[in-house]
Amino acid sequence: MARMEQLIGYVLLAGVVASAAVVAVGGAIYLLGHGATTIDYTTFRGVPGTYAQVRGILDSTRAFSGRGIIQLGLLLLVAVQVLRVALTLWLFRRSGDRHFVWISLFVLLGLLYSLLGHGA
Amino acid sequence: MPVIVFSLLVFAVAYAAGLLGAMTGLGGGVVLVPVLVLLFHVNIHYAMGASLIAVMATSSGAAAAFIKEGYTNLRVGMFLEMAAVVGAIGGAVLAAHLQPQVIAIVFGAMLLISAALSYRKRHTEHAPRPPHPWALALRLADRSDGDERSVEYPIYRVPAGFGLMAVAGALSGLLGIGSGAVKVLAMDQAMGLPYKVSTATSNFIIGITAAASAGVYLSHGYIDPGVTMPVMLGVLAGAVGGARILVGARLDVLRIVFSLVIFALGVEMLYNGLTGAF
Repeated sequence: MARMEQLIGYVLLAGVVASAAVVAVGGAIYLLGHGATTIDYTTFRGVPGTYAQVRGILDSTRAFSGRGIIQLGLLLLVAVQVLRVALTLWLFRRSGDRHFVWISLFVLLGLLYSLLGHGA
Repeated sequence: MPVIVFSLLVFAVAYAAGLLGAMTGLGGGVVLVPVLVLLFHVNIHYAMGASLIAVMATSSGAAAAFIKEGYTNLRVGMFLEMAAVVGAIGGAVLAAHLQPQVIAIVFGAMLLISAALSYRKRHTEHAPRPPHPWALALRLADRSDGDERSVEYPIYRVPAGFGLMAVAGALSGLLGIGSGAVKVLAMDQAMGLPYKVSTATSNFIIGITAAASAGVYLSHGYIDPGVTMPVMLGVLAGAVGGARILVGARLDVLRIVFSLVIFALGVEMLYNGLTGAF
């Protein structure tokens, strides 16, 4: 079981690397295309739906938008966290820890509520 | 300023934060929001979004190392995370309704308290007393694998730990930070877990708590690609770098420097928040 726990750790590591890679690619495209533009983040205007909702992010990615791809990478990172809980839940199931299956399920549902109910 | 200049500067700063955080183990993320806001004049909401992402990234990256050491207690972690997730969603929703000034003031206060607390004794020895009934009922301390080398440790004051976790979650959602310090506090001080278990378990659940706020942040448009990209990449690069530098390299000096930096930033945030500079 300790090995299964370690599996979670490695999946997380792989997930972060993948996410960072996507963000880096998106970042490169963004900088190449918009590097010289002046940017001002002092006022809060809110990120537009193209970069704040899953559908918009996927569309932007398909259009090879640097910013869209960055957001995709970030979504990936969030997905890794959900995976973290799901894998732990699975581990508890495997070891017959029924109480903790329910506990993990609660956490998982909380995460999903936040992401689906409020997010995209 | 031009995007490229902004990105490079933010990357450099985030790198330093990641480096410091990895070397001192004090979580460099907490300085990201103040530095972005005070130095780069980035609106606090964008800063919170970027910081939250950085927290998720470093927590995930370090997870493999922490789990390998074997001190992570998934049971205690998940159990406490129930409270943290609820707190985080609440905190994030609250953040969306508060004036930036208020968030800045809370942030400043939090930084000052952190700076003060970092001088406390790391781990107080508890007088022997019976473990909390909840801990026994849920078998929180048992290793799920029945590992022979598992160390049994008594767990106390579970409700208090639970409550502190909710606070940690709320702070995380409200400020875009990891609240690792509060989590370790809950486990170490309130529940009496061995320090290594507290830090490892805290690292494991920090990313989950951050993700709980992420949905709210995303839908409110706090997570901007232009700000988040250099922050995330910088922090990760710094953390990787920090993990490689000699661990013994004057850690005590670094910790003191870090506390002073946090204190200074706290004062600045508080001052700017109170004088309405946001």
